[in-house]
Amino acid sequence: MKRKYLATPYIIWVVGFTLLPLITIGISAFTRDNGTFTWSNILAISEPINRQALFFSLAIALGCTLICILLAYPAALFLKSFRFKRKGFTIFLLVLPMWMNFILRILAWQMILSKNGILNFLLGKLGIAPLSISNTWGALMIGMVYDFLPYMILPVFNAISDIDEDTIEAARDLGAGSMAVFRKIIFPLSMPGMLSGVVMVFVPAMTSFVIADILGGGKVQLIGNIIEQEFMKSMDWHLGAGLSISLMLLVLISLAFTMQNDMEDRGTTIW
Amino acid sequence: MVSLKRVFMKCYLALILLFLYAPILVLVVLSFNDSRSRVKWGGFTLQWYGSLFSNRQIMEALKTTLILGFGSAAAATVIGTLGALGIEAMRRRSYRVVMSVTNIPILNADIVTGIALMLWFVRFMPLGFGSVMIAHITFNIPYVILSVMPKLKSLNISIYEAARDLGAGSVYAFFHIVLPQAGSGILAGFFMALTMSMDDFVITYFTKGAGVNTLSTMIYGEIRKGIKPQMYALSTLLFAVIFVILLLFNILSGKGKSTDDIVERSR
Repeated sequence: MKRKYLATPYIIWVVGFTLLPLITIGISAFTRDNGTFTWSNILAISEPINRQALFFSLAIALGCTLICILLAYPAALFLKSFRFKRKGFTIFLLVLPMWMNFILRILAWQMILSKNGILNFLLGKLGIAPLSISNTWGALMIGMVYDFLPYMILPVFNAISDIDEDTIEAARDLGAGSMAVFRKIIFPLSMPGMLSGVVMVFVPAMTSFVIADILGGGKVQLIGNIIEQEFMKSMDWHLGAGLSISLMLLVLISLAFTMQNDMEDRGTTIW
Repeated sequence: MVSLKRVFMKCYLALILLFLYAPILVLVVLSFNDSRSRVKWGGFTLQWYGSLFSNRQIMEALKTTLILGFGSAAAATVIGTLGALGIEAMRRRSYRVVMSVTNIPILNADIVTGIALMLWFVRFMPLGFGSVMIAHITFNIPYVILSVMPKLKSLNISIYEAARDLGAGSVYAFFHIVLPQAGSGILAGFFMALTMSMDDFVITYFTKGAGVNTLSTMIYGEIRKGIKPQMYALSTLLFAVIFVILLLFNILSGKGKSTDDIVERSR
């Protein structure tokens, strides 16, 4: 038996449970209840409510990705400069929070940020006027950045710690300042790590509905919330499928420019 | 001047860690709080830990979550490892095609994957434990393949081929040649699959149907009426168990060869 046939169970699985479901959702999106063809479910994305939700989702996801990049780079650089004895320990610290159920962790943020919450209590002790961030965009953004930040720090940290120390030394010896070293060496060489971080932050941020559910206080509608309600409340599966397909295409287009890099090695970079 | 810079760096890292661990601290404190209210401290108690194991619903959800996690991770590890072995032997073009398809569940939004699976399942099977299990195996396999593949590329596969030429069966050759060399990648894949399965909410939510609950979906259902305090106790326990396991793993593997090695090579 040739070795490539070992992949047979996997190929069957992929066709049965990855490709066929995608075809099914496609069929659902392009048909009505009676099975006739229609564009209306796909075009529903341009209705004002949906368009607005999509725009908000895009804005939130871009903002969240950007904040994560800005927070992750200093963190990764500092972690590297402390030269922990073992890289494994840093990764351990970053992965560990993921083992507490994420819905509970987001609920904890609700308690921290709420009007009578822990943050305002601490601020009160310091004599600072209470903030009212709960159920706002700000709270939603904090929750998103919180949830996705490790997925940015890990690949960026991995990429940065793989940079050869000699390259940096050489640049320094040739007279480059810290900024020049960052711009000319560290940033370009950590680019692949950052891009895989972008994929792992942008896609879930763009499509999440649970965080908005909890921290947006029902006032904030992201495209994920609308799709979820289409399936679980309005029970209009065709419309929900149509919106999902539109969302999927949009995400794929947004990612297209980051995907030129070698796809095979993506995804495991965080480990 | 230099030390001031280091102080600043330490403060920054401390703030990031505080940001990441603050909610966990809140949940741990709540698990010892003698009050059903989420905002008031009513004194220290262990009663939620005591009543945890007699709470039928929570225990049921825990059982489902664990069976799903270990079951789907094990199945994904077998299918994924065999898959990686096979894919690695393919010609360049089919290799590219299969690897692109492998990336679909990772790149695609959870909500789309969940809905697509649900719409597919309702055509031929009832939604329930079985459909959730299939869904979890489906999104777990890519993580296994992506963990195992780099190992296979770095190990000398000709040794396997040589063993086969010299008359070793494929099973014998796998256990004696491939497993010892790619073992850490397979283990990393299993662990990652387990993590993904235990942490998943969205895909489970869409594929589970009525009656089946994992810890995630149960917590989601309780958001409006209030989380049972026993849930905080359970999460704290699970967190503590994982903390100890990972810490031991870190210390032990640090003694022999560094964890870097495992992390490094599984990438």
